[in-house]
Amino acid sequence: MRILHLAAPLALGLALAAAPAAAQKKYSPGASDSEIKVGNINPYSGPASAYGAIGKAIGAYFAKINDEGGINGRKITYITLDDGYSPPKAVEQTRRLVEQDQVLLVFQSLGTPSNTAIQKYLNGRKVPQLFVATGATKWGDPKGHPWTMGWQPNYQTEARIYARYLLENKPDAKVALLYQNDDYGKDYLKGFKDGLGAKASMIVAEASYEVTDPTIDSQMVTLKASGADTFFNITTPKFAAQAIRKAHDIDWKPLHFLNNVSNSVGSVLTPAGLDKAVGLVSSYYLKDPTDPQWADDPGYKDWLAWMKKYNPDGNLTDTFNVFGYSAAQTLVQVLKQCGDDLTRENVMKQAASLKGLSQPMLLPGVKINTGPDDFYPIEQMQLMRFNGKTWELFGTPIGG
Amino acid sequence: MEAFLHQVLSGLATGGIYAIVALALVMIYQATHLVNFAQGEMAMFSTYLAWTMIDAGLPYWGAFAGTVALSFALGIAIERIVIRPVGNAPVLAVVIVFIGLLVILNSVAGWIYTYTIKSFPSPFPGGSVLGGYLSRHELGVMGVTLGVLLLLFLFFRFTPLGLAMRAAAQNPVSSRLVGIRVGWMLALGWGLAAAIGAVAGMMVAPIVFLDPNMMAGILLYGFAGALLGGIDNPAGAVAGGLAVGVLENLSGAYLVGTELKLTVALVLIVGVLVVRPSGLFGRVLVNRV
Amino acid sequence: MTAPSARQWKVAGLALLLLFACALPFLVSSYRTFQLTSALSYAIALLGLNILTGWNGQISLGHGAFYAIGAYVAAILMDRWDVPYWATIPAAGLVCLGAGFLFGLPALRLEGLYLALATFALALATPQLLKSKHLEQWTGGVQGIVIMKPDPPFGLPLDQDQWLYFFALAVALAMFWLARNLLAGRIGRALVAIREHPTAAEAMGIDIAFYKSATFGVSAMFTGIAGALGAIVIQFVAPDSFTLFLSITLLVGIVVGGLASLSGAVWGALFIQFIPNVADQISKAAPWAIYGLFLIACMYLMPTGVAGLVRATAARLARSPRRP
Repeated sequence: MRILHLAAPLALGLALAAAPAAAQKKYSPGASDSEIKVGNINPYSGPASAYGAIGKAIGAYFAKINDEGGINGRKITYITLDDGYSPPKAVEQTRRLVEQDQVLLVFQSLGTPSNTAIQKYLNGRKVPQLFVATGATKWGDPKGHPWTMGWQPNYQTEARIYARYLLENKPDAKVALLYQNDDYGKDYLKGFKDGLGAKASMIVAEASYEVTDPTIDSQMVTLKASGADTFFNITTPKFAAQAIRKAHDIDWKPLHFLNNVSNSVGSVLTPAGLDKAVGLVSSYYLKDPTDPQWADDPGYKDWLAWMKKYNPDGNLTDTFNVFGYSAAQTLVQVLKQCGDDLTRENVMKQAASLKGLSQPMLLPGVKINTGPDDFYPIEQMQLMRFNGKTWELFGTPIGG
Repeated sequence: MEAFLHQVLSGLATGGIYAIVALALVMIYQATHLVNFAQGEMAMFSTYLAWTMIDAGLPYWGAFAGTVALSFALGIAIERIVIRPVGNAPVLAVVIVFIGLLVILNSVAGWIYTYTIKSFPSPFPGGSVLGGYLSRHELGVMGVTLGVLLLLFLFFRFTPLGLAMRAAAQNPVSSRLVGIRVGWMLALGWGLAAAIGAVAGMMVAPIVFLDPNMMAGILLYGFAGALLGGIDNPAGAVAGGLAVGVLENLSGAYLVGTELKLTVALVLIVGVLVVRPSGLFGRVLVNRV
Repeated sequence: MTAPSARQWKVAGLALLLLFACALPFLVSSYRTFQLTSALSYAIALLGLNILTGWNGQISLGHGAFYAIGAYVAAILMDRWDVPYWATIPAAGLVCLGAGFLFGLPALRLEGLYLALATFALALATPQLLKSKHLEQWTGGVQGIVIMKPDPPFGLPLDQDQWLYFFALAVALAMFWLARNLLAGRIGRALVAIREHPTAAEAMGIDIAFYKSATFGVSAMFTGIAGALGAIVIQFVAPDSFTLFLSITLLVGIVVGGLASLSGAVWGALFIQFIPNVADQISKAAPWAIYGLFLIACMYLMPTGVAGLVRATAARLARSPRRP
């Protein structure tokens, strides 16, 4: 009896002492003392399978983080599912992630149509749709969709940068455009026209292509015939390489802007022919792993070591492996900042409080900034010109 | 006018690609009376084999011959291993097997070779002809297509084996009675189609770059071309392929703009078929009760 | 008491099945319920394609187009005119009936491969047309249309997924009942006669032209209704949802399920709904390769589809000597 009398206050005291620590640990579904569940959807099958590399790279980066002890002692469990770039499948897989696998958040879900399809569901359920892998402009809307955030600079920003460059350096240009007939192409188109503003009449010719088109030769012939002296190339890698080569073959030498979707030296310019790519202008925010200027860069060397150890099947010339690596680093930073408060609310709060974050594979000077009203993490890019071997950066990192 | 000419020539150049793929489709059709939807992916895979050989240091023509021979063998193997077991199944079951083959080849190629595009060498010298309108390679593709067509014609017309193959396709029962090994004739048809497909792939890759989805779009046009010309007529298929290329370019450049050019080209093709249901140069089959 | 006849067995079996189908959403998670709902919509689409291809022998590689039209009709009506979701189903059916009939008229002259090409062209052209700037003000162009998910009416104690499931189940039952009545009698026999021997069928006084285009229309109607249902379930339509691959998937569904079989549509729907997920679970590196292997294996083991296998097994069991 006496012992009990003694023990009770002691136990109470211990419980009180432990209480504050326990209270600090707050979890939403998908987080616990030992793990954080992160969901992802990517096209591993179907015609857009090339993007699958991003999903795999993210997993490989989390494997490295887990080997190094995880985030604040918690291991990341990464669940990535295939949606074949089909919006209905994306809805189904996202519901599986949230309802069956109980992930804390959905990270880097890929593609504008797929993300549009799942946006309403995730916002309704208050599940973070974090750092989506698409450059559409609509992802930075904290008022309407407080649970959705983009990551990469959006297509319109990039297009406006070229438009501004043109207005400053070649105000009397006659511009021809080639774009993919989908949301991605049309977003660029809109940004470019907005950027030109009153001078949108500089555009003398537009041509589109479908992803099923075997070649874009006919479009290039039409565009050249328009007499344009400037060419904005809004195409995905295969078509970009075709356009660069075709322009050379038909002896058309415009000032050639290449969207950064396709500015990889290794996987676009080399197949197209480096000599044919001299003088191209593009802009970027990541370090191109095939660009020799980064060969001795410590950030690149770390990336290379990670590729060899954790992503040995990955392609070293594929920029998607830099993209996935860098996006995963941003998420790891957010989760670190969350500390022991791994609620979905706090994840969004921390994602919206990244200040001046620089990362090893982002171009020097490009910083990640977010805030409660700023859901566009990366907004800076740097213009660059291809000299036949490597991209030469010029100017300073600029926003749209 | 100059632009018009350029569009026509550039259409002929892409049409040349469709034509050679159409030819491979006709080949299988003649042997089996089926359209092989996996034809494009087989050609793509053969081209990767060629790329591997060239990458390993083989000279172009060595790799070319090696790939054609290997593809011929693989075509026969596919017929024997994959198609033979469903030989007595309904037609649509065989079509599903083709679709299965298509997705397997596409996926495996992406897995082994990644989805990054690769440049593939051309056997023809660089530069252009006809005042810059056609590259030498494009001209070469047309030459190769016509060459293959001629070889096929000679083979089917003048060799006993070619004759036996035609007989086996047209009347398997009687052919078997006169001692033709019908099963092997089918396999041979697959081998030939795979070999032609390999040539097609190696001609196409320098133009569109090599990647696992390289043939997806081209097969659609090749299929349309083959049917437009008449699927039982190799020469018709070549003409059909060329016509599709030109038609598509012209409708894009002058009729409706690039957004709807494929739609318009397809409507035109279907229109032609409604008037001539067996294709422009196809034989009309008459049914008897 | 006499032993129950085969027909009574069948009715009892169907009743049990229906009971099971009604109990399902209370037994599984709402995610599974959602998957089953989407499988139900596929089943209706497959039924439509099966009427055309299985019973009437006309091959269509373009039924995804009718699925898309149905989905867009539903989405546009709900988005722009605030039409209630249930009313969009018959509307989508009617539009597709008309579209299918009109498409069936020129397609009459085409047979086999040529019809396949024409329908194939339709499947290819559909996403392009949906994106085209002339239709953009209705279709939302490349961005598509996001629609609302319906709540259960009359204060029923169901969540949204369960309600949608029952709604889809009711539509599916109605459609299967309709199909059964169409196909069991004179019309069904006429369709099969046209498939088996058109010339002989014509000699017997069957109006081939009418039957063929009418079949096209009815088939498109089924698929369009399925599309509308699919759009309501997914809450989103976009050109990328209705690529050529959808049409191919539907064809795969009817062949794997079983041609000219009502139950085949259900088997096929389960296959196209669940097997890709299984493939994804097996391999991230090449999920399509696994899917392709499944397809080929299915055709080896059951060349007449799941329904064919079930039928053959049942026949074998019936033939075997009955035990006392």
